[in-house]
Amino acid sequence: MKILVTVKRIPDPDESLKFAAGGLDYSASKWVPNAFDEYAVETALRLAEVVGGTQRLAEVIVLSICPENQRQHVTQFLAMGADRGIIVDADPDKLDTIAVSKLIAAVFKKEACDLLVAGKLTQDNEGNQVPQRVAALLGLPQACFAAAVEWDQTGRALNVSREVDDGVETKRIPLPGVLSVDLRIVLARSVRNGSTPATHAYNEGSRLASLKGITMAKRKPVAVLKPADLGVTITATEQTVAVTAPPKRKAGQRVKSVEELVEKLAKEAKVL
Amino acid sequence: MSKVLVILEVAAGKLRPHCLPGITAAAQLAAKIGGELHLLVLGADPNPAAQTIAQAGYGAASVLTLAAPGLEPFTAEAWGDAIVHAVKVTGATIIGGSASSTLRDALPRAAAVLDAPLASDIVQVKSANVFTRPVSAGRALLDVQVNAPIMFFTARGTEFEPAQPGAPVGVSPLPAPQVDARGVQVKGVQKTESSRPALTEAKIVVSGGRGMREGANFKVLEQLTDLLGGALGASRAATDAGMVPADLQVGQTGKIVAPDLYIAVAVSGAIQHLAGMKGSKVIVAINKDEDAPIFQVADYSLAAKWEDTIPRLIELIKARRA
Repeated sequence: MKILVTVKRIPDPDESLKFAAGGLDYSASKWVPNAFDEYAVETALRLAEVVGGTQRLAEVIVLSICPENQRQHVTQFLAMGADRGIIVDADPDKLDTIAVSKLIAAVFKKEACDLLVAGKLTQDNEGNQVPQRVAALLGLPQACFAAAVEWDQTGRALNVSREVDDGVETKRIPLPGVLSVDLRIVLARSVRNGSTPATHAYNEGSRLASLKGITMAKRKPVAVLKPADLGVTITATEQTVAVTAPPKRKAGQRVKSVEELVEKLAKEAKVL
Repeated sequence: MSKVLVILEVAAGKLRPHCLPGITAAAQLAAKIGGELHLLVLGADPNPAAQTIAQAGYGAASVLTLAAPGLEPFTAEAWGDAIVHAVKVTGATIIGGSASSTLRDALPRAAAVLDAPLASDIVQVKSANVFTRPVSAGRALLDVQVNAPIMFFTARGTEFEPAQPGAPVGVSPLPAPQVDARGVQVKGVQKTESSRPALTEAKIVVSGGRGMREGANFKVLEQLTDLLGGALGASRAATDAGMVPADLQVGQTGKIVAPDLYIAVAVSGAIQHLAGMKGSKVIVAINKDEDAPIFQVADYSLAAKWEDTIPRLIELIKARRA
């Protein structure tokens, strides 16, 4: 079993945004891994490892489209436990969603992967469409916005609980397939692989890299490809033409008591 | 004439209300390109719902149907195939609808097959091919220009008015599509049972945060919610802790709401929560922490413990109504 995980670096979402003419200025930003991608790597690692044993059920490959010399996030995920990395050397801000999806699909095919695990969206662009597109390009089934996943090894399928607008849908997808993960995939018992004891409770969130992991990360192979190597032509169907800050809300007022609050809601705001 | 196609969702033979803002966004686009608006209903037997929808018309030129047994229950795989088919047989150049979990799942598949871009979660139609969409948890609004012969969009429900009924129109079935669910099995949706209005449609929302400490404490918020005839929401901290079901989460990765009145109780106000509610008309924040970030977006802030304030708030509202 080969699991491909897509990862992206994004400007630190906790830093304030810098508005420039025609776009956001990230030149002084600190770059961090997209949180949903951390959850995707964590999901892949939980699927691949057997807690309490040494066996690995799958190889975990992290894939990032980024300039070759800005791969710190890839190293970070190798330190977390992924087996190897693939970098497609390109500036993701100059690619449209179509090209990004085609590059990922091409790598999936080239590596003959069994599963793509991806974050449901990136915290900066919030497109929420790349995993779905990759699945369609490859003609594969998808389970998006996953909150829990159980790997049925004998049935070669995933049983997924996915978060939809009015509840939780249970969907079974045969492999090869595509999984996009939501926040709750990193709760203590969200990922089951059939080999780690079912009673095992993980620490919530994604794991930190161990010292050993950090040392080993430097020795793990990272292949560098160019978009042309993958036969993908870069397209530019989307272009940012302006950026503005959302309108600020009017300054509010402090009330001292529940009585005052009810009075104001009724007489001033007229919502009661 | 170029065509704009809106993908609708139906339940029990009726249009699901969350689809109405998507029709409005599509109508605005149709006006900008001088094109026709068509509504598409998919399903095993879409005709009864399509007839009901056609009675209301919603300003469209027609209601189209696509029938195939494989379209129910919903799968992104089969719907993706059906939407590609609909685009090919109608020649539609713009395809979209409200940004629901259904369309977020299925539309990117169809867009990928047609090599078309998709502008997701748009909040404004600026021109025939320029859309405004929020990014980075609503901290910036991008105007994105899309250049392609076919394009897709999803529209944020809080930012477009629900489409209003208009003159009745006809229903035309499209030739049946070939759909392939690619081996998936949907075993059903476990719904959160509630007699309250849907979170995204309610006029009043009462949300609880981490400070509620445990699920049992939400009882008092439920009382307030029901007294006001509103919907119950929660912050990510509260849903992650299992106090309430995940589908009550308001925020960047949960539901986006914009009610007339939003009451945030013991919610600190992380950026990702604010992204889901700062479009609300009136925001009330109750938090014992004087410096809680939620107070920066609230119209009325009360620094107090929920244990003391909410029962009193319920009493006072009851008294006013008596």
